[in-house]
Amino acid sequence: MIPISLIQSTAETLMDKAAIEIPADYLDGLKKAAATEDGDLSSFVLKAMLDNYEAAKEDRRAMCGDTGVPRWFVKLGNEAQVEGGMVALEAALRRATANATNGVPLRPNRVHPLWRTDHDNNVGIGAPEIEYGFEPDGAWIDLITVHKGGLFGTDYRMLFPSDGIGGIKRFYLDSLMAFGKRGLSCQPAIIGIGLGGSKDISMVLGKRASVLRVVGSRNSDPRIAAMEDEFKELGNSIGMGAMGFVGKNMVIDCNIEVGYCHTGGMPMSVHAFCLSSRRAVARIHADGRVEHRTDPDWFTDYQRRDTVEWEPARVAAE
Amino acid sequence: MSVREIRLSTTPSDEDIAKLRLGDVVYLDGLMYTAREGVYMRALEDKANIPMELPSQSAANFHCSPAARINADGSFEMGAVTATASFRFRKWLPEWMEKSGAKLIVGKGGMSSEDYRSYFVPNGAVYLSTVGYGTGALLGRGVETVEAVHWNEELGLAQAMWVIRCNRMGPFIVASDLNGDCLFERENAKIAESGLMQAAYADTKPAVLKRYGESDDRTDEVI
Repeated sequence: MIPISLIQSTAETLMDKAAIEIPADYLDGLKKAAATEDGDLSSFVLKAMLDNYEAAKEDRRAMCGDTGVPRWFVKLGNEAQVEGGMVALEAALRRATANATNGVPLRPNRVHPLWRTDHDNNVGIGAPEIEYGFEPDGAWIDLITVHKGGLFGTDYRMLFPSDGIGGIKRFYLDSLMAFGKRGLSCQPAIIGIGLGGSKDISMVLGKRASVLRVVGSRNSDPRIAAMEDEFKELGNSIGMGAMGFVGKNMVIDCNIEVGYCHTGGMPMSVHAFCLSSRRAVARIHADGRVEHRTDPDWFTDYQRRDTVEWEPARVAAE
Repeated sequence: MSVREIRLSTTPSDEDIAKLRLGDVVYLDGLMYTAREGVYMRALEDKANIPMELPSQSAANFHCSPAARINADGSFEMGAVTATASFRFRKWLPEWMEKSGAKLIVGKGGMSSEDYRSYFVPNGAVYLSTVGYGTGALLGRGVETVEAVHWNEELGLAQAMWVIRCNRMGPFIVASDLNGDCLFERENAKIAESGLMQAAYADTKPAVLKRYGESDDRTDEVI
């Protein structure tokens, strides 16, 4: 049984880490980008960002003033048990979100969409979002917080099988061009592409591809992995860089996730996880051990399964 | 690579502003206030009295809401500070500039050269862009003190009017000048001329299903 107080205290630590510490995979990717960048203004921007991550860690202050919209992804091993059950867990995550908003401090971004009213704590109707996943083995619980920034860089389009790869590339490039100008998407970014599902699920897949996979990871389907490589290179070939200045770094990495969709359609979404790619992860074990990491490791074989029954032995043998 | 670094007062003289060139990197000293849609609506539409002497106290309007809190004893804690996209405030800016005498509009992403020519230049004002975006921790270090926060009861912390004292706060990039030229449009034109973007599109095709109101001209902007 995992104590609820441990869930809340771990969640508060994660809120703090996500806001302040740039994950190592993104940092390494940006350093590589900075080394190749030759546009004078875009080089200046990347250097300033690298200085900024240092300043944030030294001062323990948020790396960006727009601290995004905090949300939670919770993954449970099949045998995990939480004190007070899932309702208690949700309350603990809401408390941690409110406490950290005041504590770090974060910007209280969340308002009512119509009345623009505000609790000054990032908690409200549907906020923070809490999404769930499950894994076949284990009594642990993974808490993942992501504070994605928000208004630009993401788009959705219903494509059709006849659009083909050429249509997918067009919509991908259009998203980079539209939101890359003036740096609205705060690139270079981790671009997530969602393909398939229904309209809403295509958005979910793309969002998760950008925020729940790390720089350097590849889809387990080798043909999709090859597309990820190709799209990363394509996105970096348009002559644009940070802030929409002349440059060659738009995409730190491109991650693609798919889901089965209607036979007549091919819904697609594009998401940009920005220069402040805020994510933090901890696994809480049944015995009370807490292990912090920055890789959500969300897309396991189980999450991508395509069979009726889950047969790990068969997968392992392949 | 060399960028020119300049220290600038938040109550700059006309000469100071005339010297700024597109792409210069600026660090600010003096009082700066945050104002975005909430403040504009309250001051311009609800006609509330602006709680500062403008522009004598500050001629620098920051399109920002900080990651900050007001402590129980009334003191302030300001962590990171970055800007929000400015194009959304086009509706209010001409009147605001006239009323406030703002000479420095500080934000994210700039405005169009049409905006610059129609009301920035006539008011002797220029646009400074934050960098990144965003260098929230670096800018936070440049906040010497929080002098006041106005209208937080009415507008909430994110939309309130924060008055901060800047001490070499930056970096910012000069994104418009007194000719009304726009740094971002200049860069867009260079990218379009390079031919790289056109080459990247060679292998693509337009969507089977069209959408109303969209452009296929990639020299267009979406703001």
